[in-house]
Amino acid sequence: MATSNLALGEVQSATSTRPRVINDFSINVATVNGSGSQSANSVLLKSIFGMGVPVSGKNLFPSNIAGLPTWYTIRASKDGYVARTRDAEVLVAINPETARQDVLALPNGGVAIYEENLNLKQYRDDIAFYPVPFDKITAAICPEAKLRKLVKNMVYVGAVAQILKIDLAVVENGLRKQFAKKVKVFELNFGAVKAGWDYAESTFTKQDPYFIERMDKTAGKIIIDGNAACGMGAVFAGVTVVAWYPITPSTSVVEATTDLLKKFRVTPEGKATFAVVQAEDELAAIGMVLGAGWSGARSMTATSGPGISLMAEFSGLGYYAEIPGVIFDVQRTGPSTGLPTRTSQADLLSTVFLSHGDTKHIVLLPGNVKECFEFGYSAFDLAERIQTPIFVLSDLDLGMNNWMSEKFEYPDKPLDRGKVLTAEDLERLGGFARYRDVDGDAIGWRTLPGTMHPKGAYFTRGTGHNDAAVYSEKPEDYVENMDRLARKFDNARKLVPAPVTVKNGTSKIGILAFGTSDFAIRESLDQMKKQYGQDVDYMRIRAYPFAHEIHDFVASHERVYVVEQNRDAQLESLLKLDLPAEQVAKLRSILHFNGLPLDAETVTEEFATKEGFSGISASHVEDVEVHQGAVAS
Amino acid sequence: MATAAPAPKVNHIGLPILEYRGGKSTLCAGCGHNAISERIIDAMFQMGVEPERVMKMSGIGCSSKSPAYFMSRSHAFNSVHGRMPSVSTGAILGNHTMTTIGVSGDGDTASIGMGQFVHMMRRNLPMIYIIEDNGVYGLTKGQFSATADLGSKLKTGVVNDLPAIDTCALAIQLGATFVGRSFSGDKKQLLSMLKAAIAHKGTVMLDVISPCVTFNDHEGSTKSYKFMQDNDEPINEVDFVASFDEIEVDYGSGEVYEVEMHDGSNMRLHKLHEDYDPTDKSNAVRTLMEAAQNEEVLTGVFYINTGKPTFIDLLNIVDEPLGTLPESLTRPPKSALDGLMASLQ
Repeated sequence: MATSNLALGEVQSATSTRPRVINDFSINVATVNGSGSQSANSVLLKSIFGMGVPVSGKNLFPSNIAGLPTWYTIRASKDGYVARTRDAEVLVAINPETARQDVLALPNGGVAIYEENLNLKQYRDDIAFYPVPFDKITAAICPEAKLRKLVKNMVYVGAVAQILKIDLAVVENGLRKQFAKKVKVFELNFGAVKAGWDYAESTFTKQDPYFIERMDKTAGKIIIDGNAACGMGAVFAGVTVVAWYPITPSTSVVEATTDLLKKFRVTPEGKATFAVVQAEDELAAIGMVLGAGWSGARSMTATSGPGISLMAEFSGLGYYAEIPGVIFDVQRTGPSTGLPTRTSQADLLSTVFLSHGDTKHIVLLPGNVKECFEFGYSAFDLAERIQTPIFVLSDLDLGMNNWMSEKFEYPDKPLDRGKVLTAEDLERLGGFARYRDVDGDAIGWRTLPGTMHPKGAYFTRGTGHNDAAVYSEKPEDYVENMDRLARKFDNARKLVPAPVTVKNGTSKIGILAFGTSDFAIRESLDQMKKQYGQDVDYMRIRAYPFAHEIHDFVASHERVYVVEQNRDAQLESLLKLDLPAEQVAKLRSILHFNGLPLDAETVTEEFATKEGFSGISASHVEDVEVHQGAVAS
Repeated sequence: MATAAPAPKVNHIGLPILEYRGGKSTLCAGCGHNAISERIIDAMFQMGVEPERVMKMSGIGCSSKSPAYFMSRSHAFNSVHGRMPSVSTGAILGNHTMTTIGVSGDGDTASIGMGQFVHMMRRNLPMIYIIEDNGVYGLTKGQFSATADLGSKLKTGVVNDLPAIDTCALAIQLGATFVGRSFSGDKKQLLSMLKAAIAHKGTVMLDVISPCVTFNDHEGSTKSYKFMQDNDEPINEVDFVASFDEIEVDYGSGEVYEVEMHDGSNMRLHKLHEDYDPTDKSNAVRTLMEAAQNEEVLTGVFYINTGKPTFIDLLNIVDEPLGTLPESLTRPPKSALDGLMASLQ
């Protein structure tokens, strides 16, 4: 093993010749779960954002309260790419347990900022090393031992900011905002940032090519996670009843909702215009949602895959008895003992067909935080308009990570409370038949309990009724119910969010996808063009049942790749059920399901393989060789 | 010349009892559940509850069909097996100004519905929860339920070898604030208890023994008419004086426990068991446990607490129903969103 000093010298000479990499790299912060690094990472992310550089952050954490390794990656991208990348160029190594693995994962020419004691120089000599005595620095500035664990995190923020040349004033601003009303907390934290900064400034000369430089690409933008955005959507939909059972990764949807309800929905007399109930389980949560929807409330719950399965029976009743309600499903990977803290898009089929009999559900598929907000409120309008449970399928990647976004716009239409008859209506009409299709849209008029008219009531049950809601087991009544439900569902194609045609030029090849796959696909489209000269079309699906534009998109292409984050090609399966037989043969799958968010290269490589492009591009070959060389040495 | 028919007797809100009736029962002739439906009709009529102000909730089973057989002018929800408590919770949160009556069975409550039952009791949700308790599954043709007594026999000769769950003891322990047991054949007691239940604010849990004439009304059953007639031992006689009734009789104070209900009504419990105090929670549970040991079926009001806040009180909800609040009260203004956006920049 070469001595560390020699290695450092070699790197210095090596990196000095490398061109600068400005605003286009990833940082990987390797810490221990429960060490309170989340707020430090958030400060770092917001500092890059404050420099005007497009940025995204991802928390890769275990199912554990404290002690297991956790990684937070921050991607700065001058081009605005926000998908996961396979490699991070800059490592902040705090966790001794994973330090060796983390430093070996760095690409050649990468950067390691690390706790001095970890002695990472023993593992390789082709990267830049910045050893920092975090514990010593922390002890010096933080006399209170129990706070040191948290303060230490801010020390690395300072050191990283100095090394990457982030403006200290920007970091300070961000911190001040984060601890707006807690001056002492701000002072302690900024003191730590400053100590890290000062240490780096006085100790290191810049040996690596990675720089954050000011841009103007984040002006007017916000940073928010998808769960907070969903909660915000619900509050601006005027949600009144929230029933839930805690489950990762959906819990923060309800936490965000509750915070906002407390802020905006308490009367001057101190009374709540809402009710939030932590139910005994998901069965009760969805039962409460349907009960509340039935008695007129805008009601919601938030859950994840295992909770969705528990909600199956009630969801079917909601469909058959035609009761509004909104269910946010923040998808994760498999059962509770699967990978509950990893992302996936694998609840699509189980949600669409959740429950007994011929049940099928309307599912909204937000692809970014702005849509989490927009679908978050429009789901309530759809639920009451169509009189059915509406599912909003987000995922852990979207829900629990911070995303940059355009500002959310205030809803431009008043609430749509759907078809509800009042006592005055009943007086005028002389009565009503709950399930009669009087308007030709397959949606009956309903009344709410407490409608003060002798003919206002009806008896709610599944489908064992005639159109006047009177008990019936007659075959013709059942068929009529089922046919009307099918018509109602079919009409919903026009009511749900239309797909987004990202690109529809002259290509014979198209891509269909939904949700968070969008981030990787947008980057992959550029890669396909650059590496293979392919100008591929792309449409992002935003709801089920599928709008007719989706049929048209498939019809107008020779081959359509369906990209999704599950093993069983669930979106493709739904498309196959929906498309005419001659169109089905056009579909091809690109699947990704290892628990990590989809990255652009995976899409590009799969595409290239399936399209039969021989070999890989010159630039790519070179990268691989360099990397292999690095590991060998 | 035809003479005008005499005007039907009306209650104090001017409605005849006909307006409290429901559809024709499809349950077996003689089913205890039908008698309970009749008493619900009587109680609602006598209390002058507006039918439109009532929500009828149920789960699944013979019992849960019965809301179709009373009060057609009230909204009803025949929901999911064992899940009526959660649906009721939601419905009440959507409109807490309603009088809510839930009808469940022993299977719907004590087996599949146990999880939701206990949590509803715990929340003291303002509603009347009736268990039409026959110790047997009727719609699936006669399997034991979890309230069937140890040693009781099915028609087929099968003997129950597991102890019964005492839903009253459980409800008292968990936090229900009005708990009693009655017998579908005891018109007077059941009617008085139902009227008091309507006046109570909080969870009322009434376990009403209701013999199943088809599957569980035979020698060896402990939920048969005969068994109940022989073994029913009231701990108190319930009288109820509604707030709008004139109080005519004064009872001897030593024998009577008076409870003033939330609406100003009076419930009077004539003590039959010495020293029985229905506000003493641990005594109530002890009395029930001792009765079970002695193989007695106690009926009456076991426990009442008119001071405990309901779930609605705890949630501190506005007086108006949440479900019909206007948009001006439920959607925050644009300035609210602008402020949030500024804080996220």
